[in-house]
This record gives sequence, C-alpha cells and structure tokens, in this order.
Amino acid sequence: MKKIKRFLSGNAATYAMVVIAFLLCQLALSGLIPGFKMSRSFRGQLVPICTWIVMAVSLNLTVGISGELSLGHAGFMSVGAFSGIIMSAWLLSAFEMENETVRLILAMLAGGAVAGIAGVIIGIPVLRLRGDYLAIVTLAFGEIIRNVLNCLYFSVDGSALHVSFNNPNLPGNVIYKGPTGAVGNKTISTFTMGFCLVIFTLIVVLNLVNSRSGRAIMAIRDSRIAAESVGINVTKYKMMAFVTSAVLAGMAGALYGLNLSTVTAAKFKFDTSILVLVFVVLGGIGSIRGSIIAATLLTVLPEVLREFGDYRMLIYAIVLIVVMLFTNSPSIRQFFGRILPHRTRKGGDAQ
Amino acid sequence: MIQFFSYLINGIGLGSVYAIIALGYSMVYGIAKMLNFAHGDVIMVGAYIAFCVTQYVGLPPLAGVLAAVIVCTALGITIERLAYKPLRQATSLAVLITAIGMSYLLQNVAQLIWTANPKNFPSLVSFPSLSLFGGQMLITGETLVTVLANVVIMVSLTLFINKTKMGKAMRGVSEDRGAAELMGINVNSTISLTFAIGSALAAIAGVLLCSTYPVLMPTTGSMPGIKAFTAAVFGGIGSIPGALLGGLLLGVIEILGKAYVSTELGDAIVFGVLIVVLLVRPTGLLGKQVHEKV
Amino acid sequence: MSVSNRKHSTTRMVPAPSQGIIPERDLGSRPVLEARHLGIEFGGLHAVEDFNLIIGRTEIAGLIGPNGAGKTTVFNLLTKVYQPTMGTILLNGRDTAGMNTIQANRLGIARTFQNIRLFGNMTVEDNVRIGLHNQLRYGMFSGILRLPAYWKGERAQHERAMDLLSIFDMQDLAGHQAGSLPYGAQRRLEIVRALATNPSLLLLDEPAAGMNPHETDELMANITKIRDQFHIAILLIEHDMNLVMGICEGICVLNYGRIIAKGTASEIQQNPVVIEAYLGKRKEG
Repeated sequence: MKKIKRFLSGNAATYAMVVIAFLLCQLALSGLIPGFKMSRSFRGQLVPICTWIVMAVSLNLTVGISGELSLGHAGFMSVGAFSGIIMSAWLLSAFEMENETVRLILAMLAGGAVAGIAGVIIGIPVLRLRGDYLAIVTLAFGEIIRNVLNCLYFSVDGSALHVSFNNPNLPGNVIYKGPTGAVGNKTISTFTMGFCLVIFTLIVVLNLVNSRSGRAIMAIRDSRIAAESVGINVTKYKMMAFVTSAVLAGMAGALYGLNLSTVTAAKFKFDTSILVLVFVVLGGIGSIRGSIIAATLLTVLPEVLREFGDYRMLIYAIVLIVVMLFTNSPSIRQFFGRILPHRTRKGGDAQ
Repeated sequence: MIQFFSYLINGIGLGSVYAIIALGYSMVYGIAKMLNFAHGDVIMVGAYIAFCVTQYVGLPPLAGVLAAVIVCTALGITIERLAYKPLRQATSLAVLITAIGMSYLLQNVAQLIWTANPKNFPSLVSFPSLSLFGGQMLITGETLVTVLANVVIMVSLTLFINKTKMGKAMRGVSEDRGAAELMGINVNSTISLTFAIGSALAAIAGVLLCSTYPVLMPTTGSMPGIKAFTAAVFGGIGSIPGALLGGLLLGVIEILGKAYVSTELGDAIVFGVLIVVLLVRPTGLLGKQVHEKV
Repeated sequence: MSVSNRKHSTTRMVPAPSQGIIPERDLGSRPVLEARHLGIEFGGLHAVEDFNLIIGRTEIAGLIGPNGAGKTTVFNLLTKVYQPTMGTILLNGRDTAGMNTIQANRLGIARTFQNIRLFGNMTVEDNVRIGLHNQLRYGMFSGILRLPAYWKGERAQHERAMDLLSIFDMQDLAGHQAGSLPYGAQRRLEIVRALATNPSLLLLDEPAAGMNPHETDELMANITKIRDQFHIAILLIEHDMNLVMGICEGICVLNYGRIIAKGTASEIQQNPVVIEAYLGKRKEG
C-alpha cells in the first residue's frame, strides 16, 4: 500500500500515465478497441493536445518552479511556430528533403533554438524585474513579438532564404506574409512525434527540477535573499528556467504550426498566453502532472461540449478566479476545512 | 508643421484618456498594492452602459455618463469585495491571476450580453470643434472635452487626497497598511473607496475614449487598460502627477510613432517605452525609491 | 569528520591594535575578518559609522546593543547586501570592495537571518543541499541527462547533508517540509544551511530568539561545538545576555551606529558607558 502511494506520487507515475494514454489512443486510432471509433474531430485534436501539454508544462517551469508569472508564453510559441515552418520549407526547397519526420524534428529544433534566443534576449531585461512588473513586461514582449511578426515577410528561393520588413515583394516562393501569416504549409506533424515531444519535455523538466540546478531555481522562488546568502547566482538560475521554458514553448510552437496549413501571428495573442496559464493554474501551480491533465481535459472538453462554445472562456474565467480563491484565501479554506475535516492539509500553514 | 501639431493635439487627447485610466490603476496599485488587471474592462462596461442608456433608452448624454459612473462604481466595489478582499494576505502571483480571471469574466459576460459584434459608438460630446490656422488644423470637441475633463479630475483628486480626511486615510493606508489600521483607519472601506473612485474614473474614460474612437466591443478596454498601466508605471506608480505626465507622454508617443514610424508597430513602440522605463528607472519618472528590507 | 577536543576555557584575550581583542591562540594566524572604518549612510542618516572590528580565526564574538543600534545593518554590510559608503572589509585578507552577496559567500562568509528565511516549500534535506550548491557541483546538462556526474554529485550531497544535519540531531527530519518545522528547529536548520556553504566566518542573527532557556543552553553548547568541529569564527547578534556572556570571547557593543565598547564579557559588564546605553543615564543626586 505504501509502495503504491509512493509510486503514485513519484515521477514514474507521470510518465506511465502519458505512455498509457498514448497507447490507448493508438489502439483506438487503429480500430483495435471494439465498439469505439475515434471521431474525426477528436483525431484532429491529438496533436494540439500534445502541443498544449508541452506549453503548460513549460509555463509551469516559469510560474510554478521559478515563481515568475510570465504572460507572454504565446510569444515564444509563435516564434517557434514560424521558425519551424520556415525551416521546414527551406529544407524542402534547399535539400529536397522529403522525409517528413526528419524535417519535423529539425523544424522543432529550429523553433526551440530561435525561441531560446528570444528567451535570452527578453530574459536579460525582464528577469531584473519582480512580481507584477515582470508579468506586465512579459505581456509587453508577447505583444511586441506579434507586432513585429505582422511586419515580416519570408521567402525561399532555392537554397536562399529572404527576409524583408514590410515589403511583400520577395524573390522565390513567399512562405510567410506578415499579417496573412504562413499559408499553404505542408502539414507534417504527427501524433507520434507530438508524444515524443511530450516525453522529451517531461524528461527535461522533471530531471531539471530534481537536480542541483532545479533546487537552486526553487530556492530563489522561496527566498531570493536567502538564496543569495548561500552563494546561488540568482540571475543565472532564473535565466536557466526562463530560457528552458522558452525553448520548450518554441518546440511546441513548431509542432503546432506544422499541424496547420494556415497560421497567422494573431493565433498567438495574449489570450493564448492566458489559456496556457489557465491550464497551469487549474492543474495546480508547480504540479507537472496537473498541467498535463488540465491541458488535455481543457483541450478535449470544448470539442465534446460544443453547445457550450459561447460559454467556454466565461467558464475558464470563473474557474481561474474560484481556484485562486480556494487555494489562497485563508477564510475560504478554513470554511471548507470545517466541512471536509479529513482534507485539511497538515503542516502547510505553519508560516 | 501643422500636420505635426495636429498629431500632437491628437496625442494629448488620447494621452488624457490614458491619464484618467492610469489614475485608477495608480491609486489601486498604491493603496491595495495590486495590479487590477480588470481595470481596463471596467472602461468597456462603462462605455456599454452609456451606449445603452443613450441609444436604447434614449436619455441625454449626461444621463448616460452618470449611469455609467454609477454602474462602474458599484461594479468596482463588488469586484474588490468578492475577488480581491479574500486575497489580502495572498502572494502577488495569486492576486494577479485572479485579476486576470476577472478581466476575462467581464469581457465574456459583456460578450454574452452585447455580443462580440462591434457597435458604432456615437459621440456623446456635443461641443463645437475649434478651427485654427484658417481651417488647416481642427481640434475636435471630443479632444477639448477630454483634455478639460482630465484637468478637472486631476485637480479635484489632488485636492481630495491632500485636503480631506478620507484622502489622508488613503495616503496612510498606502504608506503602511498595518500602522494605518492601528491608528483606527478602516482599511477595508478605504480600499473600497479607492476602487470606487478608480472605477468611476474608468467609466468617464470609457465614454471619452469611445467618443473619439467609436468602435465598442467586449475587448475594447483591454489594450487601453494595459497602455494606461504602462502610463502609470512611466509616470511613477502611486503618484497623481505621475499618472498625468505618463499618460500624456504615452499618448503623444503612440500617435507620433504611428504617424512617423510605422502604423503596425504603434503598440510595439508603446511597450518598448514601458520596457526601457522599467529598466532605466523602475520607479517611473516621478516615483519614489523604495529599499528592500533584509 | 574529525572532532577536535581542544579546550578553549583557558583563552586569554589580547588587545589588537585599535580594532578589538582576539584570543591569544588566534594571534598566529591571519584574522578572518578585518573591518576598518566601515560606515553606511541612508539618505543622510549614518546607520553605521566608523565600525572597526577584527575577528580571530576561531573566535566566538558577540555584537550587542539596544534595538535599532545598527547590528543587523553591520551584518548586511559584512555580507554585502548593502555596499558600504565608507571603509573596507577584509575577508580572509581579501578586500571585498565591489563584491556582491554571492561572491562574499564564496569568499567564506555565511549568515542566518533575524526573521527566518528558509526555503519553506522544500524539504529539510533540500535546504541543506542548497547550502551545498557551490561545494558539491555538477552541471545542468548532467542533471537533465542523468549523467554519472549527477549520480555521484547527488550521493555526495545526500551524505554531506546528513552529516551536517547530525550536528543538531536533525537527520530524522530530513524529509519534512522546512516551513512546517517548529520555530526552534527552523532556526537550527538555518545554521546548518549556512554551515553547508563551508564558511570561515559564520554570522548568526539572534540565534536564540524565541527559544526557551533549555533550548538556549543547548544552542550555546552547539555553537561552541560547531566552532571546535569546523574551526571557524562565529559572530553573533543576541539579546540573551546569558548566551552572550557565556560563550562570546570578545564582545562589541553598538549604539546609534557607533561602537561604544569592546572587550571581554566581564569588561563589558562593568563598562559604565555600556550600562548607560542599556539602562539610560542614572540621575545624579
């Protein structure tokens, strides 16, 4: 019994959960589960689910583990998405690389790398700020990224890649056209690759958290002053968490972008950042497994409950407020502690 | 040259709206120590109320403004009581996420009531335009009224904060909430009052904003809200003259940026200013330096 | 870990030129700390002024004074939380000018906090492991890829953390959440965490605050034990005079940001200036 409990609270259970869910989906896709047929719309949701899981887990690294509220996560996703799309088109044009899996992997790596560079550039100024200011500046950067993307044009001409600012007349095949975005992409993302990215993300985040670097990151979250007093380089570890998070979001963006034939920068608005934040908050800030479950459910549910379409964001908003009130208000927690005495947490409120 | 001056005047008009919104942000941030993300959406609610009262009920513009002020004041106090008050002791992360949730709640309720279709907001200002340089430059009545309203609000609020007992209580709570409470100041009602004033100002700002830029939809308030926060930070959060200065500068920067640099990058320029200000002078132009206690 | 059983009861205090007193046994080695004419100004207010202090290699020194005398400010200056506006600090003979808290810690100074600052959401063992951050290192990629360096480093950290926790018999608490510990245990954990950074000078800010007399006695024994075991110097701020007079070899009294007296326990107790600072001026006649 104790062993089961320890297993369930450990990381192995998280991996097991993801692998089992993947295998079940594969069985259902190949029609091996009698009497169960996966609907077309649900099948279309498989890659987005993987994307949002990676987005939520990576944002949790910033918000839950590092303790900094980032409101510009969608910005990194968009940078990754368009870098991935351009990389894929360029590989096809320059090397006639037909193998879609290799192209997708290289595109995801490119998306992650470019988002990582963006993460470094943004992180240097942002991480000097704290709390609300940091949040608002990440929001500002997300909007700036979107604004700039609306002015950029990319084209591939053989093995050459052309970029211009506000000038649609480029030689060769124009793949990204400012406000119209990337049109007519070859969709090469697959569920299996999405699953691989989820596993990759879990390995990176969970292993990072349970290591010397991860402890330093969490120490800074709990008390920056104490962390400095024991010689922890605060900037370095904040940066590590922020950039890792950006890289993963960029990879998720590439996966997402290459799953759609048309992508515009407007898809990565502030709302998208908030959506990912809802996953993180609902799943439990700091809980990786919670993020996975919340991202999956909240991606699938709106498809299942189509008739609630109009109320979806409304429900999200209420959920966000109610979860925050329940988990953070002493009086409300006390009230429920009286009704559900066995569920009160032990020790957690000593401070 | 005349072109430049008319841009400048437009910038001051927009900046005055930002300044009024920024004032609400700034007061709430100074006193409740929280970033009220939903502030921008209160603007939107105010504009919708004024729209409904004047267009559907058919009352005169002044009644529309009054109704908007009343509804928004009540809304502000309700939001504070329901969502923010239980979180007084919580981390700033928790409060900020709650405020973001509140912002989304307002937008989506507005969308259910008034649909997402943009409404054409008729100007509620019936003030004559001012024609200069033999008609080469036109200052609209909306701009004049906005600037005038801005001046009146700034002056009366400064007097209120500095001369009245309630204003003193507000400054006390802003300096040290615990000490103010020990001195017998009712912290809860002071914070409520702050939210009430901020929301009333938001309602006025909403009407003025939509009279100049007549597109009204549920997301109308969010961008001006964020920009007004930028203005508040720019000027120095918690400071009334700071909100005025920050708002005006930001409005002028935005209009001139859109005119002379790039229309698409207007917002990016505004946010670029925010980032630079926070890095160079984190307390804003007129803010106070605060030392962290170890 | 070797425990030396050297006795310090026979220590004789020798005045060092103008800066304080250090135990005779430390005179042969370089002092761990030399503060000269140290001062800081906050907007015209001299929070600390002309602060001179020398601490011997294995000395236990006390910093006392009425509330608001500037004691914690001295700690913040020594650990470079504040940059002094005047004077110099030499740590193990090296000038710390221009250094930050992190560099000062690496140079051998560690501290605890008056208002406890633990990593409350993490376990007791993790708190100590964070203290070992710069002692037992391996890189980020070794951690993510679980390379041999990770396993070796983790094992070494675990063993060392348990070793350090054993000073206060806290091994059994290793898996507990630090924030949920009782007050006294939190204070002890802070000391362990500071020790984990392998300091040559340990600063304790009111280590006995909130402890009962029994706990305080235990703490006194433990502070002496730590000094003997690790051969380090300890400077402590404390209001409990039994503790200060009981274990501190040299005592420095601060009032209004200035040192008003230095000496051994008995000298301080008889110093009229100190008595006046604490009790106020006696009315004549």
